[in-house]
Amino acid sequence: MTQTDMTDPLLQEITGPTPGQMLRKRVFGHQGLLIGSIVVGLLLLVAIFAPLLAPHDPYAQSLMTRMNPPVFLGGSWDHPLGTDHLGRDYLSRLIYGARVSLMIGLIAALISGVIGTAMGVAAGYFGGRVDMVVTFLINVRLAMPVVLVALAVVAILGGSLQVVIMVLGFLLWDRFAVVMRASTLQVRGREYVAAARAIGASTPRVILSEIMPNIANNLIVVVTLEMAHAILLEAALSFLGLGVQPPTPSWGLMVSEGKNMMLFEPWMVLIPGAVLFVLVLAINLMGDGLRDVTAPENRS
Amino acid sequence: MEKPLLSVRNLTLDIPVGGGTLHAVRGIDFDLKRGETLCIVGESGSGKSLTSLALMGLLGKTIKRSADEMSFDGTDLTRANARTMRSLRGGRMAMIFQEPMTSLNPAYTIGDQLTEALLLHKPVGKEAARARAIELLEKVGITAAASRLSQYPHQLSGGLRQRVMIAMALMCEPELIIADEPTTALDVTIQAQILRLLYDLGREMNMAMILITHDLGVVARVADKVAVMYAGELVETGSATEVFNSPSHPYTRGLLRCIPLPGKTERGSTLGTIPGIVPSLIGDVAGCAFRTRCPHATPACRGDIPRHTAEGHAFRCVHPDGKRHAEEATA
Amino acid sequence: MTTATAKAPQAETAAPVLELRGVTKTYRVKQGLFGTPRPLTAVNDVSLSLPRGEVLGLVGESGCGKSTLAKILLGLESPTAGQVLVDGQEIGAQDRMTLARRIQPIFQDPYSSLNPRKSIFDIVSLPLRVHRIGDHASWQKEVRKILDIVGLPARVMNTFPSQMSGGQRQRVAIARALIMKPEIVICDEPTSALDVSVQSQILNLLGDLRREFGLTYLFISHDLAVVEHLATRVAVMYLGRIVEEAEVGGLFDHARHPYTQALLKSVLTPEPGLGVPDTQLGMAYPNPIDPPSGCHFHPRCPKATEFCKTTAPRALPTPLGHVECHLHDPDGPMYIAKEG
Repeated sequence: MTQTDMTDPLLQEITGPTPGQMLRKRVFGHQGLLIGSIVVGLLLLVAIFAPLLAPHDPYAQSLMTRMNPPVFLGGSWDHPLGTDHLGRDYLSRLIYGARVSLMIGLIAALISGVIGTAMGVAAGYFGGRVDMVVTFLINVRLAMPVVLVALAVVAILGGSLQVVIMVLGFLLWDRFAVVMRASTLQVRGREYVAAARAIGASTPRVILSEIMPNIANNLIVVVTLEMAHAILLEAALSFLGLGVQPPTPSWGLMVSEGKNMMLFEPWMVLIPGAVLFVLVLAINLMGDGLRDVTAPENRS
Repeated sequence: MEKPLLSVRNLTLDIPVGGGTLHAVRGIDFDLKRGETLCIVGESGSGKSLTSLALMGLLGKTIKRSADEMSFDGTDLTRANARTMRSLRGGRMAMIFQEPMTSLNPAYTIGDQLTEALLLHKPVGKEAARARAIELLEKVGITAAASRLSQYPHQLSGGLRQRVMIAMALMCEPELIIADEPTTALDVTIQAQILRLLYDLGREMNMAMILITHDLGVVARVADKVAVMYAGELVETGSATEVFNSPSHPYTRGLLRCIPLPGKTERGSTLGTIPGIVPSLIGDVAGCAFRTRCPHATPACRGDIPRHTAEGHAFRCVHPDGKRHAEEATA
Repeated sequence: MTTATAKAPQAETAAPVLELRGVTKTYRVKQGLFGTPRPLTAVNDVSLSLPRGEVLGLVGESGCGKSTLAKILLGLESPTAGQVLVDGQEIGAQDRMTLARRIQPIFQDPYSSLNPRKSIFDIVSLPLRVHRIGDHASWQKEVRKILDIVGLPARVMNTFPSQMSGGQRQRVAIARALIMKPEIVICDEPTSALDVSVQSQILNLLGDLRREFGLTYLFISHDLAVVEHLATRVAVMYLGRIVEEAEVGGLFDHARHPYTQALLKSVLTPEPGLGVPDTQLGMAYPNPIDPPSGCHFHPRCPKATEFCKTTAPRALPTPLGHVECHLHDPDGPMYIAKEG
């Protein structure tokens, strides 16, 4: 009895875009996220292809060409960013230093992410005693000063790349645990979780396929923030001489080595400092951006 | 004839969205006298809540509002500046929201929140404000009113919170109350009590009231006037008796057929439905928006829709009687 | 009107498909930071039996324990005392997988009951995948079939919940509940989040499905008009107890318990001129941690006497159910000889 005219303009399909399409649209509309990701991506490429990009061997010393200034301060193109106090090419050391910083950031965030997420999700999902124990552990961890504990451990075990990664990985899980616990608590109360349980789905299945996809966005944000955190801590430890040991090129170490000349050759501190600043800023931009583009779905 | 307290002519709300303009409210008119209750009834997305926010001047900045007339007791609301609106809101116009938990501030006591508006709008002292708060809490049926003043919202049940919201709205003796789904979040027994309270208070204080709801049962019991809203338009308006006893727009009749009537609808029988979905209001919207779901749609529905008026009962349809008689004959 | 019970053999209709015997659920609730935990009895000694193909409407105010009861039936909570029997077998003795095949839920909020990260195909086929029934090709076929039954086109399989309207989502939730052909469906306020015009579509669908598949529903709702329309039996719950239970006609035509009467009075039908009814209930729903003495309902009951404050009423059989009220106890001091 209804005479529906299918060409009626009011009948245009109302079904909206898929969540994936919406995400893509928001990602490409977010400048901070785009700039941050491009910078981080470029630095990642630099780190991976360091042997191809570096003009010189970062370890090759040359006492004849010590402390050459960079090009923009009147140096030669042979060493675009000058040389350090042992005559090593500064640009090459920066390029190899990106490997150290990014590796430490990624692996430390990965280790602490696994620890913190496991604890947080368990606390949020099971509640009760598990939650009490996890909350207690989080409080214990928060009461420990990260830098002091890291200093103490490195001082005992001796500084090396591996030690720094392990120490940071085992110290930075607190934010993962806090955020994942809160997100799990929020999602656990949703009816689709109850529906999955009523279907007979096992607990690991409920956690992995119903809860994790819905808290993954928060996880990604924390990963980026903790990466930046770990990179800064590595630089601080190396600066204090307790992190990566010379002659390994590390940005923190470069700042430390340059600090003696700071008054006469400020570029020796400023260049690695600036690169460190740009990397951390880019990662933070990326993290903030990820939070922005993934948050709207949480609300709906 | 008494001048209406609130007059609205051709109120239009446009929301810019990605890919065009959403015509959320399209040219609605109504009048409201003192002591009258108008119920705006419609489904989600019909624009009924936006209409109430537009009257209160509480719309977001991105929403474009236009109206030929929107006046409250002689004040032109379309031209009123932020300051005039602020003094009207909470003073002479008050609003009651659906969710009492989120509209009460959890950080302040009931007493603080009740007296705040009064102290802001009227030249009264703290003691007088307190006394008035107690008086109103008692009026809305809250026992031990004096001791409630020092309590926080989370210490009260949902029904009590909604009563506090009503008391708060009444503090400055408003002339107009706009209640947006005031009982939707409440249990049926509490709903009946709150509605009775609103109804009685409205009569007692000669307040005009706009009640926004999706519940036809509430409308029938409370309203003097009814406005049925569909896809941003008032498709049918009139007195409650007229609209419910001779529903003329096909949408109004469709809605009424959807709800089971205890004692009238046969148990387990198939209920009436309105097939299809609410149309997209993005882009040019011409003609009757209900035509995509209407059993009586004709090609003429895409053109201009005439408005039929008889003794205050009006509806918009290409059919002179909205096909009411044809439907009644087949039923 | 034909019902599913008509075609089922008589012997089967007599045996209840779902039976509750003295089911009680007590939580320990801590008040404040240092408070000692106190017991909260959410479900208090509930006995019900539901024959196959019937629809039991469960009504009551929020906090009366109806959602807890639903969780117990779904195996999401275990009762503190009492037994739940499905087809005569206690559900504590069955594993969750078996229970899941027999009882499935439909929840209130279609915006929260579907995982926003999963496609409609993933959501509807989840029961088959969890129970390892069939392979990918048969899942496709089954999902297509069930979507057709609930009135959704097959092309929605690859869409996501955020692209659908509330009514469509509720149809997806119904499809998920029915894909394993359960015997009992627990509908927890399945239409209260929906618009009026969509609500009637879903109610019609639930009615059709029941007739077609011989389903048994536990239909939880606060809307008595809806319950009257769909249910064959009605149970009224107050503070964890079933205060009255009867066949639907009996309950709506001759409500015995004063609480049932108040609930019926508070139904607002779209009939102008009747005004808003006075339910005569005192206002506040009591705190379940501190239930009133005697008959739990006495502080709000217009007919309460001193006797009600001290003595809890017993369950009294009525023609097709039971009621817990002193007014109907022939051995009590408050007996009213004949009603209605």
